[in-house]
Amino acid sequence: MPTVGLFVPCFVDQLQPRVGVATLRLLQRHGVKVEFPPEQTCCGQPMANSGCRAEAAPLAERFLRIFSRYDHVVAPSGSCVSMVRHHYDGFLAGRDGFDRLKANTFELCEYLHDVVGVREAGARFPRVVGLHRACHGLRELRLGSGSERRVPPFDKVKTLLDSVEGIRVVEPARPDECCGFGGTFAVNEEAVSCMMGKDKLADLAQAGAEVVTSADGSCLMHLEGLARRAGSKLEFMHVAEVLLGER
Amino acid sequence: MAGIERRGEGGHGPEGGHGGRGAFAGHPAAAARFVADDARAHWHDQALWWVRQKRDKASADVPEWERLRELAQAIKGHTLSRLADYLAEFERNATAAGARVHWARDAAEHNAVVHAILAERGVTRLVKSKSMLTEECGLNPYLEARGIEVVDTDLGERIVQLREEPPSHIVFPAIHLKRQDIGVTFHEKLGTAEGASDPKYLTEAARGHLRQRFLGAQAGMTGVNFAVADTGAFVVCTNEGNADMGTSLPPIHIACMGLEKIVPRVEDLGVFLRLLARSATGQPVTTYSTHFLGPRRDGELHVVIVDNGRSGLLRSQALRRSLACIRCGACMNTCPVFRRTGGYSYGVAVPGPIGSILAPARDPRAHATLPFASSLCGSCSDVCPVRIDIHSELLVLRGQVVEAGGLPAGKRLAMRLAGWIFRSPGRYALAGRLARWALRALPRRVLYSKANAWGRQRELPAPPGETFRDWYRRTTGRA
Amino acid sequence: MRWPDPVARFAEMIAAVGGLALRVPDLAAADRALRELPQARDARRVVSLVPGVGAATVDAAAIADPHALEGVDLAVLPAELAVAENGAVWIEGAALPHRALVVIPEHLALVVRASTIVHDMHEAYAKLDLARRKRFGLFLSGPSKTADIEQALVIGAHGARSCTALVVG
Repeated sequence: MPTVGLFVPCFVDQLQPRVGVATLRLLQRHGVKVEFPPEQTCCGQPMANSGCRAEAAPLAERFLRIFSRYDHVVAPSGSCVSMVRHHYDGFLAGRDGFDRLKANTFELCEYLHDVVGVREAGARFPRVVGLHRACHGLRELRLGSGSERRVPPFDKVKTLLDSVEGIRVVEPARPDECCGFGGTFAVNEEAVSCMMGKDKLADLAQAGAEVVTSADGSCLMHLEGLARRAGSKLEFMHVAEVLLGER
Repeated sequence: MAGIERRGEGGHGPEGGHGGRGAFAGHPAAAARFVADDARAHWHDQALWWVRQKRDKASADVPEWERLRELAQAIKGHTLSRLADYLAEFERNATAAGARVHWARDAAEHNAVVHAILAERGVTRLVKSKSMLTEECGLNPYLEARGIEVVDTDLGERIVQLREEPPSHIVFPAIHLKRQDIGVTFHEKLGTAEGASDPKYLTEAARGHLRQRFLGAQAGMTGVNFAVADTGAFVVCTNEGNADMGTSLPPIHIACMGLEKIVPRVEDLGVFLRLLARSATGQPVTTYSTHFLGPRRDGELHVVIVDNGRSGLLRSQALRRSLACIRCGACMNTCPVFRRTGGYSYGVAVPGPIGSILAPARDPRAHATLPFASSLCGSCSDVCPVRIDIHSELLVLRGQVVEAGGLPAGKRLAMRLAGWIFRSPGRYALAGRLARWALRALPRRVLYSKANAWGRQRELPAPPGETFRDWYRRTTGRA
Repeated sequence: MRWPDPVARFAEMIAAVGGLALRVPDLAAADRALRELPQARDARRVVSLVPGVGAATVDAAAIADPHALEGVDLAVLPAELAVAENGAVWIEGAALPHRALVVIPEHLALVVRASTIVHDMHEAYAKLDLARRKRFGLFLSGPSKTADIEQALVIGAHGARSCTALVVG
């Protein structure tokens, strides 16, 4: 039985631990053996995305050292997984074990959908849930077909959500527009970042959402920050939590 | 190397902003100003989202759309790998057909070459159809300073020319303007009725006004959408017919092209003409797709081939695919940031996602904020008809900006510090504890001081009681 | 791309881009259909490069300076072929005494033989064989248009205000 190394993004560990807990429980519920290597810290995405490649390089090395012992690596974050699969080449190309790591690092929904073959969440969540399609997961990991491309439509995240008992999944009118988080973009370009987030929230509210969900907790942090400041009653839950359902 | 500047003198250094409203202070400041006019920012966003939707519908009409994109990418990639040969072939064939081919190393040379052609023939009245290259080179002010009247004949371009503003979008130059704004300008400059803003009425007025300019012009200038190596022909695409008017009346035609506009064979045009208009405006093809080869009877045809930094881009393994750009503007229409901040927020002739590659690639420090004016959502890459991996190239450019010293010292330091913290689980855990303590314990007015950019419009996340690793250790007994 | 009825698709597409297609059995019928249109009825200065179609009053070939074509109300031009996917026709430069004829007249009528309508641009380029036949020409799809003012579509920017394809055969 393959062992999954649980890769918990730094901001999830520190600020959204319930997402890590839900991820672990969800994987276990679907029969996956999971371990959490505690030496992990951060995949280096904030540094790499700021163009500070020298600061990201040692973190990539650490990641390879820590996670190469596992058969699979799973994270509840499309952007962190994309960092490993698409942006670690510049740091680790040719390194022993890197190709294997790349081929076996998965975002949570794609792991459940593609590797474990889950089609029934086996959970109940009778709420109206607005789906925010996080960009890295969508366009870098191809968790869905995306609105731009002319390919047969598919959506791994929505497929899993739709299988939850009692759920009603609603979509914004702009099905996959960016929420405006974008990492340091949220702070460097604060004005447009917040305008994008507010527009996204309005779109989801218009669609009738009570709960907003996404496969990336960083998007939710940004959207929830805006919603709380505006006094909105919207709730925010990671897809892992929705797929676990009510207690 | 001269940077790309708006209305600058051949690109020598940044000119005073737009309409002289002060030097360009970088994308974040300009974007914040645009966003502050909430109604107008939403109006601009909606206008371009609508164009994106039209592009979606048009591409849905072509079942083999993704295959066409792959073909276009392959043709451009192949061409770029043998660019010198194809350029030489183009020059041979164009010359054999009776055109005069000129070469310009940079913006200054381009302007000088064009001026020489016009001055030698005593031309003082030039009409010009849309050419982003001439914007890039700052041609208009250069010629005007030397006594040549330049009339931009694309309606959007004429509008901004009359307003003494640069275009804000490479396909829709006046998209930032409301009809009332244009009505005011036309009333002042063309004598239309005061307060009139009906687009049909205003367009009719422009038709008459520009018709006179076409008839009185001594030379016509166009850009080049595609130049064909195997015949020496080139194609100019418009909806208005202004390139055709400007080249069928005056006897002198000057066509300016970036050296990346080459395609190998005539039949390659089939791929690009099927992609271009659908990507740009959602139409199946532009109204006029005119194939020029050699001069008119009793006329002259000059083709000016311009480098201006393109060969530098070609040398870059990571960035050369951006030379495939066919200037359709689809990336701008889909970009959630461009839609909400407008072309002027970028401070360059070709703005938006592709512009945030082209300008900083030339001069990372002068355009340091542009690669960061993106959330890297990747929508641009998925609409690009030639499959440029735009968002990945933007990430590459961020690295180049940092290497060139373009990142503010404070940010650089913060990243160094963060890198140091994350290299050690012990330091990471300590930093995390400190951060969570601060979120819990600091008074609101300290947490949400002006220094906290996150906190301007957002609440900070509520700090949890324990971290994930605390929980894991507690519940599994594993350190 | 392939359509079961490319002629119908061409007509649909030229209408979608602001033009009009009229199907007629022969040139005489084309001429009759043309004369019914208001732009032909009201036209005083008419150029026709298709013998038998349109009541020509101006001999474009006899004019030396294209500037003199200003004020032509209607020009009837021959299309070498047409493209179903986008409502475009190919106008061959050799057929034009002046290039200005595609853009200076107020209205255009294009005579297209139904048998020359191809499905898509790839077919069009294959048929045109421009590598061998090295001359000026253009694809023309409907009337001149612009959407530069608040995205409002306005027909008749600088070129023809109307474009009617007479599809013969």
